[in-house]
Amino acid sequence: MLKKTLDKNTVPVLDVRNLEAVYQMDEGVVRAVNDVSFTIAEGETMGLVGETGAGKTTTAFSILRLLPERTGRIPRGEIFYKGENLLKKTPDEMRIIRGSCISMIFQDPMTALNPILTVGDQILESLEIHNIENKTKKELESRVDELMTLVGISPARKNEYPHQFSGGMKQRIVIAIALACEPLLLIADEPTTALDVTIQAQVLVLMEELKGRLGTSMIMISHDLGVVAKTCDSVAIMYAGEIVEYGTAKDIFEGKVHHPYTLGLFQAIPRLDEDTLRLRPINGLMPDPSDLPSGCKFHPRCVDCMDECRDGKPYPYNQNGHRILCNLLQREKRV
Amino acid sequence: MGTATMADIDLKKIDLKKKLKKKGHSQEIWRRFKKNRTAMVGMFIFVFILLVMIFADAIVSYDTAVTQKISNRFIPPGSAGHLFGTDNFGRDILARIVHGSRNSLLMGIGAVVIGIVIGGLLGSIAGFYGGGIDSFIVRTMDTVMCIPLMLLVLSIVAALGASLVNVLIAMMIANVPHYIRIVRAAVLSVAGQDYIEAARACGTPNFLIILKHVIPNAIGPIIVQATMAVGTMIIHAAGISFLGMGIQPPTPEWGAMLNEAKNYMVDYPYTVIFPGLSIGLTALSLNLMGDGLRDALDPKLRD
Repeated sequence: MLKKTLDKNTVPVLDVRNLEAVYQMDEGVVRAVNDVSFTIAEGETMGLVGETGAGKTTTAFSILRLLPERTGRIPRGEIFYKGENLLKKTPDEMRIIRGSCISMIFQDPMTALNPILTVGDQILESLEIHNIENKTKKELESRVDELMTLVGISPARKNEYPHQFSGGMKQRIVIAIALACEPLLLIADEPTTALDVTIQAQVLVLMEELKGRLGTSMIMISHDLGVVAKTCDSVAIMYAGEIVEYGTAKDIFEGKVHHPYTLGLFQAIPRLDEDTLRLRPINGLMPDPSDLPSGCKFHPRCVDCMDECRDGKPYPYNQNGHRILCNLLQREKRV
Repeated sequence: MGTATMADIDLKKIDLKKKLKKKGHSQEIWRRFKKNRTAMVGMFIFVFILLVMIFADAIVSYDTAVTQKISNRFIPPGSAGHLFGTDNFGRDILARIVHGSRNSLLMGIGAVVIGIVIGGLLGSIAGFYGGGIDSFIVRTMDTVMCIPLMLLVLSIVAALGASLVNVLIAMMIANVPHYIRIVRAAVLSVAGQDYIEAARACGTPNFLIILKHVIPNAIGPIIVQATMAVGTMIIHAAGISFLGMGIQPPTPEWGAMLNEAKNYMVDYPYTVIFPGLSIGLTALSLNLMGDGLRDALDPKLRD
């Protein structure tokens, strides 16, 4: 069994190194995640931001090793959970890790719950599977009550079915399931995307509170920069399967230097304090991951594109852990 | 005032306890099933048929059902001693129906149940795992399905020898591909759902995912198909008996009774009406029950 105790701060909870994930399709190889590295310390929340199709969810599924069996492959890279390489685990070991050490919150609470089981049973399921201490059914039931109270739903409702709950409450149940075994790492895949803004706020406050109480580390996948600004300690911006910019929340939201893509993302947010007639999108579309452009993957859409960007990997810029994958900054530094 | 609030609180506590008392899953389904009147009617009819089957010997002796008495040919229904009349050999139709229920129900329900169990197992494996296993199972079954049903059944029975059990085996083999198709389609539509992925992310082992999440969600159409198939199976079994491969005369069996009586049905329609009604009633009762069961299994349709 894996250690769930914390060796103080020495080992990061999650250490992803040079991760690559591909989908092997008949039409060709889809390179969904390319050379992604990041670490998450104990209690840290990292935001994973990017457009649809940037590889955020694929990264998450790679960590849990839940890529589709027939098509998904991880040709290169290492994923260390508390110093143990997850890619070297047997399927059975992995199954035990899922849910008890790393768990996941899904995007759409409407579909993430089994419609024909009561919510209590669904919370219980995860507890039963990871019941290493051989607790009695009664103890597990009381844990279910405890969890429901934790996420703010009366335990009296545990014999009700998912369709009897509202969207926000369903997401709370999903969170309760994810937290059932007190995992050290929680992967939240756009946990608030399917909810309306007021419920979004409630769920975010709840997650923040629970994180504080339980000391769980978290990967917050989102395309909502507002959500990320509110909840994350560090932020990774993904584009076409690469992390183009990585830094603390301060670096990203207040820093001076940025990747052109990050700048584009920020410019696309309408501002309240000025009149904006039109939104300013980033021109062009995310490249087809089965046919990625040469050189910097962002160059066809980049406003500052230079000749050297078209071929050869962009030169990484790094200042106190603020990493940007762009030639531009390197040149400015050189000048 | 003070006491009133105390009582209120107590009441709430009791209410809470009642709600917290965990009912078993099957109890919950039964509670929902009971509310469905048509399903209950179906169940009563079916239980009645089952009772007749079980106590057949107590109702009327087996000899009455098989002893031929030419002097009693075609006595119309309602006559003394022959409520449903007699057939072309002078045998009491009621007695034959009562005793025929054993073979007919065994044939109809047996073939379907075994077919569903085997088909369900293979179908859910094919639908859930996909890939090579899926192709192998589906292609093999396609090959079996290419052979005309009757031909397949007859050749299997011919190979194994004519008996009730062999007919059952043959019909099962001939029908399994059909059930695999139905189950696989139902499982496929469920397997892609988020909650299956979510269960995986919780570390649920595959067999538990299939048992707890996939099959209960996919079972609706399967139940309906199965209950409808029972009537068809009885008729098929009759066809096989007619060709001399199944149940041998004079053993009473509803389908066989239909076949025997068809030559006389213009002049003596009651000889086909009663066995026909028995088959129809069995199929109907199972159908009603199946519908009710499907609804009871789906919590969204309740109340």
